[in-house]
Formats: sequence, C-alpha cells, structure tokens
Amino acid sequence: MSQLSAATAPPEPAEAGLSEAAKKIEGRSPWQLAFERLRRDRVAVGSAIMIVIIALIAIFAPLAKRITGHGPAGQYRDTGLSPAGIPVGPNGMFWFGTDELGRDVLVRVIYGARISLLAGVAAASIAVLVGVVIGLAAGYFGGAVDTVLSRFMDVVLSLPYLVFAIALVSVIGSSMQVSIGVIAFFSFSSVGRIVRGQVLSIKEKEYVEAARSLGAGNMRIMFVDVLPNVLAPVIVYVTLLIPLSIVFEAALSFLGLGVVPPTPTWGGMLSDAINYYQVAWWYLVFPGAALLVTTLAFNLLGDSVRDAFDPRYNRLFAAEE
Amino acid sequence: MLKFLVRRLTLGVAVMWVVATAVFILYFIAPHDVARTLAGKQSTERVIQLIRHRLGLDKPITEQYLDYLNRLLHGDLGYSYVNSMPVVNVIKEDLPITASVAFGGAILWLLIGVSAGVLAATRPRSFLDRTVTAFALFFYSMPVFLLGQLFLLLLFFRLTMAGFDIFPGGGYVPFAASPGEWLRHLILPWFTVALVSASTYARLTRGSMLEVLGEDYIRTARSKGLRERRVIYRHGLRAGMSPVVTQFGIDLGTLLGGVILTETVFGLPGLGQQIVTSISDGDLPVIMGLVLLASGFIVLANIVVDALYAVLDPRVRLT
Repeated sequence: MSQLSAATAPPEPAEAGLSEAAKKIEGRSPWQLAFERLRRDRVAVGSAIMIVIIALIAIFAPLAKRITGHGPAGQYRDTGLSPAGIPVGPNGMFWFGTDELGRDVLVRVIYGARISLLAGVAAASIAVLVGVVIGLAAGYFGGAVDTVLSRFMDVVLSLPYLVFAIALVSVIGSSMQVSIGVIAFFSFSSVGRIVRGQVLSIKEKEYVEAARSLGAGNMRIMFVDVLPNVLAPVIVYVTLLIPLSIVFEAALSFLGLGVVPPTPTWGGMLSDAINYYQVAWWYLVFPGAALLVTTLAFNLLGDSVRDAFDPRYNRLFAAEE
Repeated sequence: MLKFLVRRLTLGVAVMWVVATAVFILYFIAPHDVARTLAGKQSTERVIQLIRHRLGLDKPITEQYLDYLNRLLHGDLGYSYVNSMPVVNVIKEDLPITASVAFGGAILWLLIGVSAGVLAATRPRSFLDRTVTAFALFFYSMPVFLLGQLFLLLLFFRLTMAGFDIFPGGGYVPFAASPGEWLRHLILPWFTVALVSASTYARLTRGSMLEVLGEDYIRTARSKGLRERRVIYRHGLRAGMSPVVTQFGIDLGTLLGGVILTETVFGLPGLGQQIVTSISDGDLPVIMGLVLLASGFIVLANIVVDALYAVLDPRVRLT
C-alpha cells in the first residue's frame, strides 16, 4: 500500500486556464473549485466514464448470462472444448473464448468485475473510515494516545504485507470478507498518518479555539470542526487506494487465498491461465486487460482528483516555464 | 552514529518482538488444535502426539510463550513436518533463489526508476517527459503477476515459437552451476519485479528533481560555470534522491510481495513459492518462520536505508 505516498509526486497540471476561471466567478468553496477543475479535465472525465461503464457491466452481469446463454460457472464441454479437450478460441458463441473447463471467459470476466469492484471499494472504504478515526484521535489528543496509535501504524506500515496476509488467511481461511478485512488492515495506516498530520496543524487554528471557548466538546470539535478540513487529502487518497485494493484482492485470488472458486475473479482466472497461456492466449489476455483497464481508469482519475484539489502543483509548473 | 544504531536496533528488536508475539497468538492461542495444525494436512496421529510433546503444549500458556521466544532467540524456527526438516533448513535451501530475484529486481527498479525520472525532470514538458510519465502511469497500474505472465506469453512463448530462443519459460539455474544461464533465467523475473515499482520511482524522482533544480544553490552552481551534467548529477541528484531513499525503505514490503508473486509466475522454487505451497499443504511452521524472516529483513533493511539517507543529505542528523 505504500506506493501511494510516492504517487503524490507532482503530476501534469490539470488545466492551464484554471486561474482565469477562478477569477471570473467569486465566492466558491474549494470543493466547487475542485469539481469545476475536474469537469474541465478530459482525462478525469474519460476515466470517470470508464469506471461508470465497468460498474454498469458489473451490476448488469446477469444480462450477459441471458444474452450468451452461458452461466459464470457453467461448463460447456461439448461446445467450449475442442475434441482433444483444449479450450476454444474467441468465436461467435464464445466471444472471449473458453477456459480449461469449457467455461465462457467473457461471462466470467464480466462476473469477475463484481468481485474486483466490491472488494476494492469495500476495502478502501473500511480503511478510510478506520484510518480517519484513528488519525483524528492520534492528532487531536496527542500525548500518549498519539504515541501508541502512531507507533502501531508505523509497525503495520513496516510489515511485509503480502507475507502477513498469507499468514492471516492460512489461519483464518479464505473468503471475500477475510480478503476485504486483510486489505483494509494493511491500508488504514497510510490514511491514518495523513489525517494525523493534517489534524496536528488544524487543531491549532483560531476557529478551533473559538469552538472550544464556546463550550464544544472533543467529539464535536473533532468531527464537526476539524474533520471537514482534512477531507480533501482523504478524498484524493481514496481514489488512489481503490485501484491498489483491487490489485491486492486480485493478488490474493491469484495466490489462491481470495474468494473461493468457482466464483469467477480476475486474479483467480489469471492464476489458472498460467498453465494454459501457450494454448489459450485469450484466457490470460482478457481477464488481464479487464484488470489493467480498471486500475488504469482509477489511477488516472485519482491523479486528476489530486491535481484538482492541490493547485500548488500549478504554481510549481508555472514557475518553471 | 553509534547512538542512532543503538536506538534503531532497540526499536527493531521491539518490532520483532511484536511480530513474534502476533505470530504466537495467531498460531498457538487461536481456537484450533495446535499440534494438528502444525503437523500439516497429511499427518498421522503419532506425529501429532510427538508435536504435542515436543512443543510442551500441555504446559501453561505463559510458559509456552517463554519457551517459544527462547527457541526463536536460539535461531530455532520450528520443524516442518511436511518437509521433514527444520524450518531453518528449508529457508537455507530456498534463500539464494529469493535473494537473486529480490536484489536484482531492486537494483533494476532503482536504476530504471531514477534514470527515467532524472531524464524527465531535466527536460520538463518535452516529448521525453510525456513519454516517461505515460509509461509510468501505465506500469503503475499493472499488477506484477499480470506483467510476468504477459512477458511469458510474448517474450518467451511467442518469441520461441518464432525461432528466437532468448528467454526461458521459467525455472532456476544456480549461479554456481552456470552464471550465464542463471542470468538468462532471471532477466524476465527481474524486469517483472522492477518495472511496476520503477514507475512509482520515475514519478517520485521527477517531482523531487524538479523541486531541487529550482533551488538557489543549483543556480549558484550553474553561475559558477559548472557543466550542466555535473550540476544535475552531483548537486541536484544527491539532494533529489532523499525522498526516493525514504520511499525505498517503505517499499521493501512491496518488494517482497512482488518477489512472491514473481516466483509463482515463473516457477522459481524460492521462499515465495515455498510460502504459497505451504498454504496448500497447511505447513504452518514454514509460514510462521517466513513471516519472522521477512519482518526481520525489513527491520534490518530499514536501518540501512535510514543510515543511507543521512549520507545522502548532510542536513539530516542521525539521532
């Protein structure tokens, strides 16, 4: 998960004409400004559309079953395997070809989108919720609370996460819920550290002092006064955390530690494809392409979101030209 | 420096203690028959009795815990009943392969990442810069195990079928047996480990170098009449490398994860593949041992990285 912090390196500027737009219309919140920048960013719009399409495909996966007449776990040994028992390539009946059991790769790729998106979004959401709460507590209370929570996050961050995930799953057993839990566990620390850092500076602001002098309690200050002001970096982080979680889930499934077969997952299909890529390239290429397109779309969107929320990068580029 | 080492080693020991305790809780206190679990899936009742006696599972839990820590301190990682040998021996057998993959991959990863980042930063907004950025984004989104398989499909299978037998389709040849073959079998795994992470480093180096090259002391160096090459590599790169080195310390876990997946794709019988087969065999002692080994490696490597950080950037004091 640690790749994320590196991903915050300066990107391409989102939109050159931004400052003019900001001058024309006054009195906008930073959120409106960021959204406006995103809307003008062609890459952001394109990748967002791509993500919506993938989500729609996942939601309406049963339609694929109806159209092709092939279930995601159905084995079509008569039509889907050659007389020698070898998977058949893409044809009119199986658009993406079949796998070693004569199953329809297209239908399985479509159903696999459900697992990938669900695991990615669920794990990232849990990681963010936990990370925000822990980061808020560590940054706001400071002292011993901060020391304990920060050290804990440091230890989690320094663990070899895939090795630990393997150890955890080998004891608990594998399932969708375990995968999501494991991914969230190894992701929340990065969120927590970012939030903590932001809270440390925000809690010294005058308006927090004002709230306290008005008699606001810790909970109110933390969640009503401080939290909204740390959300921007968190939003940026979430869009980058989702593709990482999708890849993490796929890696677990690839190692046979994720969602239990015969439920189709992209990682699981890629794992089976290893033994057949020499006779059935489609078995490797289509699930691989689905995984790549999905993570690419989320990463491109994440980059654009970061640009939109962080106008500092525009200044950097302006200075150098 | 001595103070730094003592402090970091103490911290490292503390982390290792936390990891060892976590492993103990996971495997000894979790509600299952420890002896049966440790013995693996295909074990006889006799073996299970033997393990129960050997590990002192009839003793109170605190005594078991102390015994366990004591065994670890003496370098005893337990016994793999599936492989019929101590876990330490399993590790000794497979370590050279994993070390070959990991070190070669890491060197290539830094080499590609940093040089691509520097090239892009010295020519901002040029065609080259855009190409590097695009490639970086592409490979950043590429899962390690997918890249490895694409290499196998295109560079091994398709090339070999076309008559160019350049890359083998997996397997490992020890360095001592044939250095040339060792290299040939490791090239694709190295690039698999390296390319995905290198993309992150290209972007990181580019950003960091752009910032550094805008600093006053770079202008001073230029105005002194130093050659551009010297300005960038001697003055710029040294400071620009600091965030890269920090990040590398954090990414060691990613490196190990990448190695596990790469070994699985290329059928390299190293520790990564060992841990994966240990799961299907239910060989828990090996998994426990490898968790401890991997954590120990990361703790040690992080100390080295932090020391290196201070060497690169004299403003950083080791405390």
